[in-house]
Amino acid sequence: MLSLSRDFHDKIVEHARRDHPDEACGVIAGRDGKPERFIEMINAARSPTFYEFDSTDLLNLYKDMDARDEEPVVIYHSHTATEAYPSRTDISYASEPEAHYVLVSTREDQPDPSTPEFRSYRIVGGVVTEEPVEIS
Amino acid sequence: MAVQVKVPTILRSHTGGSKSVEASGDTLDAVLKDVDSRNAGLRGRLVDDEGKLHRFVNIYVDDEDVRFNGSLDAPVGENSTVTILPAVAGG
Repeated sequence: MLSLSRDFHDKIVEHARRDHPDEACGVIAGRDGKPERFIEMINAARSPTFYEFDSTDLLNLYKDMDARDEEPVVIYHSHTATEAYPSRTDISYASEPEAHYVLVSTREDQPDPSTPEFRSYRIVGGVVTEEPVEIS
Repeated sequence: MAVQVKVPTILRSHTGGSKSVEASGDTLDAVLKDVDSRNAGLRGRLVDDEGKLHRFVNIYVDDEDVRFNGSLDAPVGENSTVTILPAVAGG
């Protein structure tokens, strides 16, 4: 299960809406699996169908987390025209077995666009397992 | 005098859990072969059958992405740090 504060949830949704129709992405770093530090990343692909952390930003992010003894607890990105479920590309790139992969959808044709679909997954060795999200 | 190679979580099964291993070599290719001789299988996770770096992975020599610096031929100094990071990307 992913336990996330309302504040972090809202930050992810706000970022996804701001970058729509391009995909938005970022990380919540923390220790012992606890999400603590929200880090918005730039989608270097600037695309509605792909996201990628810029390679220099990625290096700086990991150095920073290393220095603080943190891990990427949450890795989030948005889907802007499809549901909040990992795509084949998402699965093939996923390489943090301890991370919660959060997807938020900003597609227009969802049941209630005012509360966008917000889901979390573990992706380990190509296997996707959805998990409940608790917002507190 | 040794090259430090920083290994990401997902590849630490090849290094007995170590975050960092020492190696020698004056190019990235030589360093990865040297690492692989003691940590079997690591190179295969980074280099494909055609001898090219996988696009799922980013490798830096002293903070410079080797994609812009000769890829596997990137020069490595005696005290360089090689950092391996999985790309964070998707669709």
